[in-house]
Amino acid sequence: MSNTIDVNGKTVETDEEGYLVDLSDWDKDVAKILADQDSLELTESHWEVIDFLRDYYEEYQIAPAVRVLTKAIGKKLGKEKGNSKYLYELFPYGPGKQACRFAGLPKPTGCI
Amino acid sequence: MLHIVNKSPFEKNSLEQAISNSKDGSAILLIEDAVYAAKSSSSVAEMVKGALGQKTVHVLGPDFNARGFADEDVLEGVTIVDYSGFVDLVENNGTVQSWV
Amino acid sequence: MEDEMMEGGVVKKFMYVNRKAPYGTIYALESLEVVLIAAAFEQDVSLIFMDDGVFQIKKGQKTDGVDMKNFSPTYRALEMYDIEKLYVCKESLEARGMSEDDLIVDVEVLERAALQDLMDEQDVVFSF
Repeated sequence: MSNTIDVNGKTVETDEEGYLVDLSDWDKDVAKILADQDSLELTESHWEVIDFLRDYYEEYQIAPAVRVLTKAIGKKLGKEKGNSKYLYELFPYGPGKQACRFAGLPKPTGCI
Repeated sequence: MLHIVNKSPFEKNSLEQAISNSKDGSAILLIEDAVYAAKSSSSVAEMVKGALGQKTVHVLGPDFNARGFADEDVLEGVTIVDYSGFVDLVENNGTVQSWV
Repeated sequence: MEDEMMEGGVVKKFMYVNRKAPYGTIYALESLEVVLIAAAFEQDVSLIFMDDGVFQIKKGQKTDGVDMKNFSPTYRALEMYDIEKLYVCKESLEARGMSEDDLIVDVEVLERAALQDLMDEQDVVFSF
């Protein structure tokens, strides 16, 4: 089963959990609409994590597990951001699942 | 006749069997995991070289590149074909046999 | 056993033996997924690449022409999952005309005999 979202008149397909079916459909407007569905407004801090995830995926072809993401964020953006409290405040449904969905990535491997 | 092989020569003997069971003048096309046989250096390179006198050997470029080999890594005498070259081989060689 | 669990769990030695070439069959990708999932359980994990499995970590894979995902970059992420013990069979590399320089990750190249000793030491061995 699949669903679609409407982004500026363009129809974008998602799977039953809301992840993009075709990763190349992603742009910032897609992210905003996906966040809107979760009643979340994306701030600079959110974008920082989303951009990080997209770079990570580009390099490793994988959506990182939360533990790996937290550690890597700490390295890249500083210790005050590399902890689950900070990341869960930004993405209440989980920095792995929710942030990856906004970033147009697949669900992280190992996430149930 | 065109003989198509798609199994790694290090794991199965499909290529060896295709070579020994094909007539001189026939064409052999390596696709999927059989493209490893088209490398210029390996323990199966001699077997492929041995076939080259009597038969033509071709490798599917996209499969070869997918597995990390550039066109210049190919064994001398083996020709690289793309998908339309694949179709040409099928068209020009009559019967096709797949050695799975 | 129960006491050990309460002190943070039992750590066992898990080894994944990769013996198939990528793309032609699904084994390589499946193994990689299992390894990444298992990494969450914080066990003592090591990987062996032998026979056609050495092709999984060949540099320079370009899959645009075959319409498949190139998953070889993911092996470079293993380190971040604390999976740092990667072993490659020397004889398998040589038979395929390859050397350590052809590989996308840092590995330890060992002879078959040494790999057999490693397998012998494990609690669990998964072969793909």
